[in-house]
Amino acid sequence: MTALLDIRDLTLSFRGFEGENRVLHGISLNVARGEKVALVGESGSGKSVTARIILGLLQEQRSTRVSGAVEFDGRDLEAMPAKARHRLRGTDISMIFQDPTSSLNPVYPIDVQFHEVLKRRDPKITRAAARERASEALRDVSIEDAKRVLDSYSFQLSGGMNQRVMIAMALANEPKLLIADEPGTALDVTVQAQTLHLMRDLVERKHTSVLFISHNLGVVREFADRVYVIYKGNIVEEGPTHALFSDPGHAYTRALMAAVPKITGGGIPEIPDRSESFSEPIVVHPATEASS
Amino acid sequence: MKRTFLILASNPMSLIGLILIGVVVFSAVFADFIAPFPEHRGAVVDFTNFNQPPHWPNIFGTDLVGRDLFSRILYAYRISLMLGVVVLAIAVPIGVTIGLAAGYLGGWVDFVLMRLTDVFLSIPPLVLAMAIMGVLEPTLTNGMLAVTAMWWPWYARLVYNVTRSEAQEGYVLAAQIIGASRLHIMFMEILPNCVPSVVTKMTLDLGFVILIASSLSFLGLGVQAPTPDLGSMVAEGGNYLPDSWWLTVFPSLAILIAVFGFNLVGDALRQVLGSDQ
Amino acid sequence: MSPVVRLLAKRLSISVIVLIGVSMLIFMIARVIPGDPARIALGPNATAEQVEQLRQKLHLEDPVWVQYGYFVRNLAHGDLGISLYTNRPVTTDIAQFLPATLELVFVAGVFMVGLGIPLGILSARYRGRMADSLIRVVSLLGVSAPSFVWAVILMLLFAFFLPLFPIAGQISDTIPTPHRVTGFLLVDSLLDGDFKAFFNALHHIILPAFALALSGIGQAARLTRANMVETYDKPYIEMAESYGFAPRRIANKFAFRPSLIPSLTIIGLDFAAMLGNAFLVEAVFAWPGLSRYGVQVILRKDLNAIVGTVLVISAMFLIVNIIVDLLIAYINPRIRLANSGGRS
Repeated sequence: MTALLDIRDLTLSFRGFEGENRVLHGISLNVARGEKVALVGESGSGKSVTARIILGLLQEQRSTRVSGAVEFDGRDLEAMPAKARHRLRGTDISMIFQDPTSSLNPVYPIDVQFHEVLKRRDPKITRAAARERASEALRDVSIEDAKRVLDSYSFQLSGGMNQRVMIAMALANEPKLLIADEPGTALDVTVQAQTLHLMRDLVERKHTSVLFISHNLGVVREFADRVYVIYKGNIVEEGPTHALFSDPGHAYTRALMAAVPKITGGGIPEIPDRSESFSEPIVVHPATEASS
Repeated sequence: MKRTFLILASNPMSLIGLILIGVVVFSAVFADFIAPFPEHRGAVVDFTNFNQPPHWPNIFGTDLVGRDLFSRILYAYRISLMLGVVVLAIAVPIGVTIGLAAGYLGGWVDFVLMRLTDVFLSIPPLVLAMAIMGVLEPTLTNGMLAVTAMWWPWYARLVYNVTRSEAQEGYVLAAQIIGASRLHIMFMEILPNCVPSVVTKMTLDLGFVILIASSLSFLGLGVQAPTPDLGSMVAEGGNYLPDSWWLTVFPSLAILIAVFGFNLVGDALRQVLGSDQ
Repeated sequence: MSPVVRLLAKRLSISVIVLIGVSMLIFMIARVIPGDPARIALGPNATAEQVEQLRQKLHLEDPVWVQYGYFVRNLAHGDLGISLYTNRPVTTDIAQFLPATLELVFVAGVFMVGLGIPLGILSARYRGRMADSLIRVVSLLGVSAPSFVWAVILMLLFAFFLPLFPIAGQISDTIPTPHRVTGFLLVDSLLDGDFKAFFNALHHIILPAFALALSGIGQAARLTRANMVETYDKPYIEMAESYGFAPRRIANKFAFRPSLIPSLTIIGLDFAAMLGNAFLVEAVFAWPGLSRYGVQVILRKDLNAIVGTVLVISAMFLIVNIIVDLLIAYINPRIRLANSGGRS
């Protein structure tokens, strides 16, 4: 089976006053159908820009230069006309953001925004029909009083509630790929865990592929089938979650794992800003039965 | 300071603004040397050469009593700029102090000062200046007084808003904890943070003071003849449109050029100093 | 009590305080007048006795606060005193001249909102591109000249050079003036069913209203752009973009509405400022509004008329601001729903 998302040798640079500033140095990654893949790295490593390239958001800016291949569902996104790529957004590919509350428009109630999202798949959908569909989608994320939530504004709902709304919106159009960019990092840890479980159950039931972007190894370990570790615009290690976690091969991955705070104490070890060993070649763990 | 200037000079729009301001200031300062007929700034009459369209040596034409329009515009710039500088030099310190006090001290000081500010702000600027000019004799000094009276509340409002948000910042709290006096906190801690927005507003306002002052004299409530003034020139010439078009067009353009210059630079400054209000 | 009603009550009470302040301020300004208002009013030929009589009548012999007391008492009865210039009650004068000014300001306000805001939206949507630069330069030019300069330039271009619009006045002499009901020619002519008069009046008002609106158009465009550009950086716009909402819909709806809230206050102030700038445009276009009256009473030091005119204009100014505040409350659900549901 071919991968749903196949990125090969992707580079990205920003043009600035002092010449070009390269952010991605030729990364390759793929996501199979129904697979949950995590892209892990510290902030500034290039994980969020990767998500924005897949959606085609960065290519629209004039200060960016992108090269390499991004294949989605057998089609090369880079070769596609802008209009066709735009059509994929919100339909076949959707996204969940860091802070659900600020990702919802503060001056429109939820149902107006939900309507707009549903119009991406079905441009002629009426407001009433959209409300009906939205209520169903909200029930999928365990929101029982859908009517109240739909009539509310984001600032009237709790962060966890907004996160559920975002998840429901993201999956309402049955996308093939869901990109989750640090989902719920802005929320309380318990609320974050709760909503992540909801999301995992839902994508497994709907067989949606997920590209999960995070800096939190604990969350990744629970959520992902396979992991890519990214460091300063390079993929340094990839493999099935359990293999990578039980035997981290790359010096940077080991440093990253050591940095996860443990309840047993011992403080947080420093990750050196720059280390020769972090530039070592990529470590690839062979795929096992469970994750292929 | 030097860096800011370099950024301004590298942007084509603000560079044009700097050039326009340069031309206006230069012609105001050196009017005595540039003006072909410096004596025409006063009450001169030359009925052999009155109301003439632009020709050499009167490149902007002559007015109804035969004075060289170009020379008079140069001297009008001198008066406009002086008026602008004086008005801001008085209005800004008053407005800033009131805004700081109301914003930082809060309570009844806030209530009284800001209601006072509201009172001034609820009279349309031009109407307030007109009313003041109305009861006073229309002279240059009174014109400055009138424009100053309508100008300080804007600075009070601006500084008040900045102060209110800065007062919540950690550095203010830190200064309070170590026991700094209120005066120290207001003028040494908070005031420096108001400077960028105040400076930006001042640049923009230099243009607007010229604009309002010319409006007053256009209505006959400002600088009186024979002192050259852009507003009264337009008002005078307005009765002779369209035949003697030069009487209104050149003074009008002179106002536009000066104000546009200050606006271009003020706008660019706002971006550089990052003080969008 | 609903939040909007509470807001309205609060704004109204503050406005009353401010209006009292305005009346005191104006009264004070009017009383520092050099010279004897009674003497000025009666002219140099009046006898000392006549002057003395008028001084008594105007309570000029009493201390300032007693005079202010008389003023407030009369004001409560809707009496602003007699204009020394026209010898009529100031209220009658203002009622005669104010509608033409308000009509001009309203039409200019329509231009300001109808042209300025869309230009700002376009500019923000195409930020950094040619269209944006062009709109920014044009709107900056708009705010860079007093409205009398625009009035003169527009008149030269579109009334003299290209005779598209009438040169001056509110309606052609050949057309009978409609019955005065509201004082607004555009409204009165429609009430009469007189379309000829309506279109004639409309034709007359376009050029002066546009001259008056130009700086407002520029200001509205600049403000809308600035606030929208800021909104475009918000996560909820990134969300809208990544869900593929149409760029046009993002601009006109999802980015515009949140940024309208901060713009609206200032746009309201600019609209109200046109009440003052109308004086300049009226003078150029010989518009039969408050301008000539206002300038005349100021030049003649007609105290009652000065105080009355400024007070009425300030009241208009405050009313506009209250309306703007209510509009903001309507657009901003945070204010509208302030006491239902939680805040964050």
